[in-house]
Amino acid sequence: MTKDLGGAKIYLKREDLNHTGSHKINNVLGQVLLAKKMGKKRVIAETGAGQHGVATATAAALLDLECEIFMGKEDTERQALNVFRMELLGAKVHAVTSGTMTLKDAVNETMREWTKRVDDTHYVLGSVMGPHPFPMMVRDFQSVIGKEVKEQMLKKEGKLPDAVIACVGGGSNAMGLFYDFTRDSAVRLIGCEAAGLGVDTDKTAATISTGSLGIFHGMKSYFCQDEYGQIAPVYSISAGLDYPGIGPEHAHLHDIKRAEYVAVTDQEAVEAFEYLSRIEGIIPAIESAHAVAYAKKLAPTMAKDQIIVINLSGRGDKDVAAIARYRGVQIYE
Amino acid sequence: MNRIEEAFFKKIDQQADQPAKNKKAFIPFITAGDPNLAVTEELVIKMAEAGADIIELGIPFSDPVAEGPVIQDADYRALSGGVTTDKIFDMVARIRKVCDVPLVFMTYANPIYTYGTERFMENCKKVGIDGVIVPDVPFDEKSELKPYCDKYQITLISMIAPTSKERIHMIAKEAEGFIYCVSSMGVTGVRSEISSGVEEMIRQVKEINNIPCAIGFGISTPEQAVKMSGFSDGVIVGSAIVKIIANYGQDCIQPVIEFVQGMKKVMAK
Repeated sequence: MTKDLGGAKIYLKREDLNHTGSHKINNVLGQVLLAKKMGKKRVIAETGAGQHGVATATAAALLDLECEIFMGKEDTERQALNVFRMELLGAKVHAVTSGTMTLKDAVNETMREWTKRVDDTHYVLGSVMGPHPFPMMVRDFQSVIGKEVKEQMLKKEGKLPDAVIACVGGGSNAMGLFYDFTRDSAVRLIGCEAAGLGVDTDKTAATISTGSLGIFHGMKSYFCQDEYGQIAPVYSISAGLDYPGIGPEHAHLHDIKRAEYVAVTDQEAVEAFEYLSRIEGIIPAIESAHAVAYAKKLAPTMAKDQIIVINLSGRGDKDVAAIARYRGVQIYE
Repeated sequence: MNRIEEAFFKKIDQQADQPAKNKKAFIPFITAGDPNLAVTEELVIKMAEAGADIIELGIPFSDPVAEGPVIQDADYRALSGGVTTDKIFDMVARIRKVCDVPLVFMTYANPIYTYGTERFMENCKKVGIDGVIVPDVPFDEKSELKPYCDKYQITLISMIAPTSKERIHMIAKEAEGFIYCVSSMGVTGVRSEISSGVEEMIRQVKEINNIPCAIGFGISTPEQAVKMSGFSDGVIVGSAIVKIIANYGQDCIQPVIEFVQGMKKVMAK
């Protein structure tokens, strides 16, 4: 990729090689151990693409906890393989049919479920969002990503990267990558939002680009919404980025201009998905492909002695069928 | 004493040799704009005539996380019919020309915040809203709303739930109007059984603050209303009424009024 783009030297942070296939396990292990210590018998979680659900189901199986996952009905269809994977791991998957039947509705339903059984149940929230202390706790569990990047960069290159890039839905992999670099002001922090069909259309999930301040899901942050505060139905090809809000710490990093947030369309993400597969032999999650897409644009504008780190937050096996359908190929999983 | 508090301190007509007793309040909830605002307007006026002591009016929200399926559906029906916060304010202004029942908005943080919290409370005062209930703003975050409520004399109703436990003390101490006591765990919706813990919650409140306590979440039958009002100052009924509205649509007024009259009758005994 470095050779092909002819600009900055590119490193991939391989969170896709984690057990369960994404960075989600970093947070889940922390929270599930905490749940166990608190004496909880059951964990519940929302999931969009299914990666967080799979990670939660895995940790619950390992630690012998009951596990129920809430997933928008539309997502259960576009990520059918992950539904079966969760069931294989012993979790019960509920298809959520309220609202837009995607990630935000899965969060609503998990919150509702938690109010019914808060005594014996922990809600393993999957991103740096929701009410305190979730945004901080999830950030801290995910901050291992940035710590490892820093350590490995110093060892390998003897200096920090010039830019670190990650995709942002709620923003857990990005916050995990950014956090250890927030005080290193020379390191550009770049979050890639899902623009869907484009930020000038209503088929988008780019919260920073198109949203406004609000209070929802227990946090004050930016949300895609109308003038009366009704949350907008959002859209992205990526189920994991298809959320109308963004973690509050990202909103803060945006406000103080410490991090930059850019919008990447479905089309650009799909092209990056195919590009990375062919050029490196690595199939990225369609979520992570949003970060790859922006790196493709940025790298050629930088000098050869500069360094970009892309957080490859997950692997793309789960997306193969959806990308085939996007390209007009009828494929059955 | 404001209109909300007065609703709980009306005296029952009774023989002179008995100590004065406060009437139990019956508080129905409906979603504004379900099935449309004209029906909501008529429902409010007629429920007040039928004896509703306070009426809780839901401003629909796209993501009502405290609600069960019945009220979620009412919110979606109202929103897809084009209801907005401004149209609801206009409706309340019309109601206020003919009806002085205490009116309380129930909605979520985002419709208020996005509208502009100050502008929202100012309009509440202008049209004659008495209070607001906002289930997704916990006690610890109430400074988001309270200064504006105070400025425009809108009562901010506090909620307590079975999980409040040691928090009851601080919530009760600063509560005003009445305390909304959530009967049991979970979201709104009809329940066949309601746990007995709510009686103890109310006892703890009264130790700290002699404020009216109304019980909501899950109450649907006259038997439940009688039982719950036995140890509280009133009951709130939402999903059971919203279900009638869902079933009858535009023709819901008569059956809703009959339901309200039935509840009032058993609670007066």
